[in-house]
Amino acid sequence: MTSETPGFWPPSGPEVVFLLLGVVALGSALLVVTTRQLVHAALWLVLCFGALAGCYLVLTAEFVAWVQVLIYVGAVVVLLLFGIMLTRAPIGRSADLDSGNRWAAVLVALATAGVLLSVVVAGFGAAYAPLDPGQGAAKPLGSSIFRTWVLPFEALSVLLLAALIGAIVISRTDIRGRE
Amino acid sequence: MAEVLDVAVRLIVIVVAFLLLPLIVGQMEHKAMAHMQSRLGPMYAGGFHGWAQLIADGVKFAQKEDVIPAAADRRVFAIAPAVALVPYLVVLVVIPVGPGLVGADVDAGLFFVLAVMGVGVLGAIMAGWASANKYSVLGGMRAAAQLMSYELPLVLAASSVAMAAGTLSLEGIAEQWRWWWLPWQAIGAVVFFVAGLAELRRPPFDMPIADSEIIMGTMTEYTGIRFALFMLAEYAGIVVLSALTAVLFLGGWQGPLLPGPVWTLIKVFVLAFVVIWVRVSFPRLREDQLQKLAWIGLVPLALLQLALTGVVKVLMA
Repeated sequence: MTSETPGFWPPSGPEVVFLLLGVVALGSALLVVTTRQLVHAALWLVLCFGALAGCYLVLTAEFVAWVQVLIYVGAVVVLLLFGIMLTRAPIGRSADLDSGNRWAAVLVALATAGVLLSVVVAGFGAAYAPLDPGQGAAKPLGSSIFRTWVLPFEALSVLLLAALIGAIVISRTDIRGRE
Repeated sequence: MAEVLDVAVRLIVIVVAFLLLPLIVGQMEHKAMAHMQSRLGPMYAGGFHGWAQLIADGVKFAQKEDVIPAAADRRVFAIAPAVALVPYLVVLVVIPVGPGLVGADVDAGLFFVLAVMGVGVLGAIMAGWASANKYSVLGGMRAAAQLMSYELPLVLAASSVAMAAGTLSLEGIAEQWRWWWLPWQAIGAVVFFVAGLAELRRPPFDMPIADSEIIMGTMTEYTGIRFALFMLAEYAGIVVLSALTAVLFLGGWQGPLLPGPVWTLIKVFVLAFVVIWVRVSFPRLREDQLQKLAWIGLVPLALLQLALTGVVKVLMA
C-alpha cells in the first residue's frame, strides 16, 4: 500500500474536500454537546454523521459511506428522536441539560482524542495510500471480510447475537431472573 | 466538453422527470380513485377531463400565506419539507430506465437508494416535532416507529435480490434479471413493496398522517407552498418506490417488442396504479396491527426469502 509520499503542499482536491468535511463533522459534533435544545442535538448529529459519510466517500470507501448513512442517520438518529419524543421534546432551550460532569467529560474527550491522534500519527505518520476509485466498493470489501477476516467477523456476530438475546430477555416481563 | 454536456443533459432529464412524474401519478390518483368510488374527479381545470387540476392546485398553493405557528421551532419547521423532498430527487439519479440510461451508475446503488430514502423520513419527524402541536408530535412519533420497523424487511428483501444478481448495482441487477425470478423472488417483491408503502406512509399505512384522528399529523400546521412540497414528496416517493420495485423485481427495461425505457415506464405506472388501488381498497391499520405486520409478518417472510435465494443460488452454482 505504502508508496511514494507526495508533499502536503499544495493540497490536492480530495484533501481540501476531506478537510472541509472534517471541519463540518467536528463543528456539528461540538454543537451536539453544546446546544441547549434537546432535539437540535439529535439533528446536529445527523449533519455530523453525514459529513463523516462524506469523508468515507472521499477516501473511496463507498460502501462504508452508504452503510453509515443507512444505519446511523436512518436508524440510530431516528431511534434517538423517537426516544426523545416519547419522553419529552420541548421546543426551545432547556435549562437542565448541563451535566455537573462536563469538565470531567471534556478532559476524557480531549484525552481520548490525544491518544487516538498520537497512535495514528505514530503508526501511520508517513504512510500513504493512493486513492484508487473502486477499492472500497462492495466486492473487494466483501471478499476481504469473508476471506481474510472471517474469524473476527464471526466472533462479532456471536457478540451481536448475545446482545440481541439479552435485549429480548430484558424487555420481556414474563421472563424473570432466579429468586 | 462532451462529458459536461452528457452530465448536464442527464441531470436536466432527471429534474424534469422528478417534476413531471409525480404530477402524472397525482392526477392518476385523482381520476382512478374517483372512478373507483363512482365519481368523476376533476373535470374542469384545463378542459379535457381536468388534466390541469394539479397545476391549478400548485398555483393556488403558491399564492397562499405561509403560516408558521408562533410556538414552532422556525428553522426546523422551515427546512423539514426540503428534507422530506430532496432525498427522492437524489434517489432518482441512480435509478436506471434503460441499459446505460441512468444519471450515475453507483457501484453500491442499492444501498445508496435505501440509505437516502431513510433520510427522507427525517423530514416527517422534524416537521412533527417543530410544529409545536400535540397531533403533529404524535404523527412524528408514529412516523419514527414505522420507519424503524419497516426499514428491516425493506433492506432484507432488497438484499435477497442483490444476492440473486450477485451485485449491488441497480443496473447490474436489472441486467441479470430473468423471467423465472418472478416466482423465485415473489415473496421478496411483495415484502419490499409493502414495506416501501409503509415507509412512504401511504394508506393503509398512514397512521402518521391519519386525517380522521390526528388531522394530518406531521402536516397539521403546514400551509401553502410548504404543504405542497410535502405532497410532492409523497408522490415522488410513489414514483421512486414503483421504479425501484420495477428495477429490482420486475426486470426494469426488459420486455418484448417495445423499447426498454418504455417498458420501465409501463411497469412504473402499473405499480403506481397498484399503490392507488391499495389506498382505495384497504382501511387504515391500527398502530399495533402495523407493528405486528412488520415484525411477525414481513421480517420472517423476508428472512425466508433470503434463505430461499441462498439455497437456490448454491444449488445452481
